Amino acid sequence: MADIVIDRVVKEFGSFQALQEVSLTVNDGEFVALLGPSGCGKTTLLRIIAGLETQTSGRVVIGGQDVSDLAPRKRGLAMVFQNYAVFPHMTVFENVAFGLRMQKAPQAEVKRKVERAAALLHIESYLDRYPAKLSGGQRQRVAVARALAVEPAVLLMDEPLSNLDALLRLEMRTELKAVLREAGTTTIYVTHDQTEAMGLADRIAVMYGGKIEQIGAPLEIYATPATRFVGGFIGSPPMNFIKVRCSHGTARIGDAALPCPTAAENLELGLRGEDASLGPSGSGIPFDVRVVEPMGSHLLLTGAIDGQLARIVAPPTAIVNAGERVGLTVDPARVTWIDGTTGRALARA
Amino acid sequence: MPARTSWIPYALIAPSVVFLGALFLVPLVQTIWLSFSAGEGFSLENYQRMAGDLNFALAIKNTFMLTLVVVPLQVVLALGMATMVTKLDKGRDLVLWVLTIPLGISDLAAGLAWLALLQNTGYLNSALYALGLIQGPTGWLSQETPVALFFAIVLAELWRATAIVLVILIAGLQLIPKEFAEAAEIFGAKPWTRFTRITLPLLKPSLQSALILRTVLAFEVFAVVYALGGRNFPVLAGEAYVWQNDNQNYGVAAAYAVLIMAISLAATALYLRVLRTRPEQLP
Amino acid sequence: MTTSAAELKTTSTNRSMALPSARRLLLWTGLAVLIAWVLVPIYLVALGAFGGRLGVFRWPKSIWPSDLSFAAMSQFLAIEGVFNALVNSLIAAGLTVVFSIALGAPAGYALARYTFRGQNAYRLLVLLTRAFPLAILALPLTVSFIRLGLYDTPFGVSLIHTVLALPFAALVTQSLFMGIPREYEEAAWVFGCTRFQAFMKVVLPLALPGLAATAIFAFVISWNEVFAASILTVRERTLTAYLLRILAESPLHYRFAGGFILIIPSVLFIFAVRRYLFAVWGIASK
Repeated sequence: MADIVIDRVVKEFGSFQALQEVSLTVNDGEFVALLGPSGCGKTTLLRIIAGLETQTSGRVVIGGQDVSDLAPRKRGLAMVFQNYAVFPHMTVFENVAFGLRMQKAPQAEVKRKVERAAALLHIESYLDRYPAKLSGGQRQRVAVARALAVEPAVLLMDEPLSNLDALLRLEMRTELKAVLREAGTTTIYVTHDQTEAMGLADRIAVMYGGKIEQIGAPLEIYATPATRFVGGFIGSPPMNFIKVRCSHGTARIGDAALPCPTAAENLELGLRGEDASLGPSGSGIPFDVRVVEPMGSHLLLTGAIDGQLARIVAPPTAIVNAGERVGLTVDPARVTWIDGTTGRALARA
Repeated sequence: MPARTSWIPYALIAPSVVFLGALFLVPLVQTIWLSFSAGEGFSLENYQRMAGDLNFALAIKNTFMLTLVVVPLQVVLALGMATMVTKLDKGRDLVLWVLTIPLGISDLAAGLAWLALLQNTGYLNSALYALGLIQGPTGWLSQETPVALFFAIVLAELWRATAIVLVILIAGLQLIPKEFAEAAEIFGAKPWTRFTRITLPLLKPSLQSALILRTVLAFEVFAVVYALGGRNFPVLAGEAYVWQNDNQNYGVAAAYAVLIMAISLAATALYLRVLRTRPEQLP
Repeated sequence: MTTSAAELKTTSTNRSMALPSARRLLLWTGLAVLIAWVLVPIYLVALGAFGGRLGVFRWPKSIWPSDLSFAAMSQFLAIEGVFNALVNSLIAAGLTVVFSIALGAPAGYALARYTFRGQNAYRLLVLLTRAFPLAILALPLTVSFIRLGLYDTPFGVSLIHTVLALPFAALVTQSLFMGIPREYEEAAWVFGCTRFQAFMKVVLPLALPGLAATAIFAFVISWNEVFAASILTVRERTLTAYLLRILAESPLHYRFAGGFILIIPSVLFIFAVRRYLFAVWGIASK
C-alpha cells in the first residue's frame, strides 16, 4: 500500500507539450480515475508513473520514495494494459505467476497467490490454457489477475475495458469495483469513458490539453464542474451553456429571473438537462423544442433557449411535440455560472 | 522512448554498421581503386585491357541480351502464375510450394538440371529422336549453335529465377484490398480492365522491387551459363571470374566488377525513376 | 442489414466456386504445365544422379527410372574433396546463419522499437547493398583475406555471404519485431524484468519461428552462392565452388550427382519456410 505524489510533472515531445506541470496526490488505498478525451495526456501521465516514459521535469513519489529515475521494475507497481498484453506463449497460470516468478518467490507461494488471484477473477478453470483459446473478457480477467497476484502497492490501469463489447464492459466494471475494493490497492485508472470513471472511482481527475481541469469526487465533478470543458465532457447529454446578460445581480431569460454573479463580463449559464422541469409556455425560461427523442427511461428534447442550442431531459411520460414552446423551471442552486472569457466556473451568487 | 536510453539503438545497429562498413563499403572502394590502378598511380590501363579483350564485346552483348529477354519474360510469367494461383481455393499452398521450389535452388544446380535435359544424349534429344525429328544425339550447347545455347540459358534462368518474382508479386497482391477489384466489378469493369486499371497500378511498388532485384542479379549471371555452356557463352561476371582466377589479373577483374556495378546502379536508378509511385497513391 | 450482407457474401463465393467448367479446366491445365515445368528438371537430374555412368550415356533415354543405384552417388561422395567440400559448405552456411542473425536481429530490433537520428541513413545503407552485385565484392577481398589468413577458409567465405544475408535479416527481423506488440515488453518491465530479461522471456519466444525462417533463408543464400565462394577458396572449396571447378573435366553423372545434392536441401528448406515466404518478401521488398 502506498500513496502517490505527482509533483509538477512536465512532458514534452519535441516542441509539443503533452503535460503542462501536472500535480496530483493519490492517497493510500484510493481509486483515482484519469478521465479525458484522447490526446489529453492521461495515458502519458500513467506511463510516466509506471516508468515507461521519462518526464521532462518534475517528480513522481510513490510511498514516500522518489521513483522519478527508477526503471519500471523497481517501482513496486503492477499494470493492466489496454490490449491486456497477456503473453501468448505462456499458460494462464504462468501469466498470472509472471510477476511472482520475477520476484523469485518460492513455488508454494507462487501457487497459493496465483490461485487466490485466479479465484478472485473466476479464472481457476482455465489456468492451464493458452490465451489464444480465451475470449476478450477472459483475457481481461487474466490481465487483472496477473496484476493483483503480485499484491502491488500501486495498480495502474490503462483503458482496461475499452476493448470489450458494451454488455461485457458493464459486467466487468461491476466486478472490477468489487475486486479492487477487496484488494484495497491504490489504483490509477485511465479512461475516456465517463460512466466508467463515475462508477469506479473515489475521485476523478478530468484532464484536457495536458492539464488537470478538475479533481474531485464523481458527484462533485458532475454537480459543480470547475470549467466549461468539465461540464461539457461529463454527463449525457452534456451540460448546456447559455449566454446571458447579468445586470444588478439578476439574469433575465424570457420571464425567468435568476440571481447571477456580476464578476464576469461574458457570462454563461451552465444548466444540466435534467435540472430543468417542464412547465407550460409562458412560465420560466422559454425553450423551443425542435426534436423529441424517446429514450425509454426519459425523453431527450433538443431545441433552443434564446436561440442557443440546448438539450433537456424530460420524464418519459411528458407530452411534448416538436415545434412547441415550453417553459423551463430551474433551481438556482443547481446551475453553474461560467466566465465566458476564461471558461472557468464562478462562485455562486 | 525514454530519453535516458537513447544510446541503446546505436549499440544495437553498431555491429552491423561496422560489419557492412568493413565488408561492403571498403571492398566497394577497393574495387574502384583497384580498377583504376595499374603499376603506379591512376590509370585506365585495366579498362583498356578489358575493352581490348576478344570476349569483351561478346560478354557485353550476351549479358544485355540475356537480361533484356529473361527479366521481362519472368515478370509476365510470374504475373500469369500469380493470377492463376490467386484463383485457387483448394490446393493453393501445395501449388505455391511447388512453384517456389526453384527459389532455393542455386544457379549452379539449375544449370546442371537443365544440362540433364539438353545435353547431347539428354532427354530433349531423346524426345526429338522418338518423334523422328533428329537422327541421333545432337549438340545444342556448343559454340557452333549460339542461338540454341542462348535459348537454353534463357530457359534455365526462367526456370530458376521466376519464383522470386512470383513471391514478391504475390506478397504485393496480398496487400491490395479485394474491395478495389470488387468495386470496379460492380461498376462494370471486365477482368482484363480490372487487371490493367486496378491491379497493375497498385502492384507497381512490388513490380519495382522485383525488377530491381532480378535485373541486378541478371547482370551478375554466371553459374547457370557456366554449367550449360562453359566458356562458350561469355558473360560479364564470367569474364571477371576468369581474369581473377585463371589469369590472376586482379585489376582487369576489378574493372569488370566496376562495370557490372555501374550497369546495375544505372538500371536501379532507371527503375526507381520510371516506376516511382507517389506515397499518396498507395492504399 | 446483416442477413443481406451475409447473403451477398454467399452468392459471390458461390459464383467464384462455380467458375465456368471450361475455364476451370484451363486453369488446372495451366497449373499442371507450370508444376511439371518446375518438377521435371529436378526429376531428370535425380535420374541422372542415380542412373549411373551407363544411364547417362544411354541413347535414346527413357523418362522412366531403370536400373537405379546408389553406386554413382556413393562414388561421387567418395571422390577426394567432395566430402570435404560438403563439410565446408555446411560450415560456411552455418556461420552465415550465426553472423547474419547475430548482427541483423539487433539492428532489426532497433529499427522496430526506436526512433533515432540516423535511422534513415542506416536504412539507406541496407537498401544500398541490394543495388550492388555483392558477390563481385569478393574480388578485392582476396588480397586482404590472404593477408589476414582468411583466404581459403569457410570462415572467410561466410563473411562475404553474411554481407549478402545481413541486410535481408535486418529487414525481416524488423518486421518480425514490429509484429510483436510493444505492450508485451512493457508488461514484462512493469512486472519486474530488465530490458534484457524482457527480451529473452517475452520477445524472443514469440519471434522464434520468424527468426528460424530468417536463419533458413540465410543458410540457403550461403549454400547456393557460387561466385564469391569460388573466388575466395582454392583447396577448402565449398560444394558449389568445388562443382564449378570440376565441371569441365568431370563425367556427366558426377555433375548430376552434385546438382542433386545441391538441390535437395533447397527443396526441404522452402517447404520448411513456406508459411513465411510471402510475409518475408512482402516486407523485404518494400
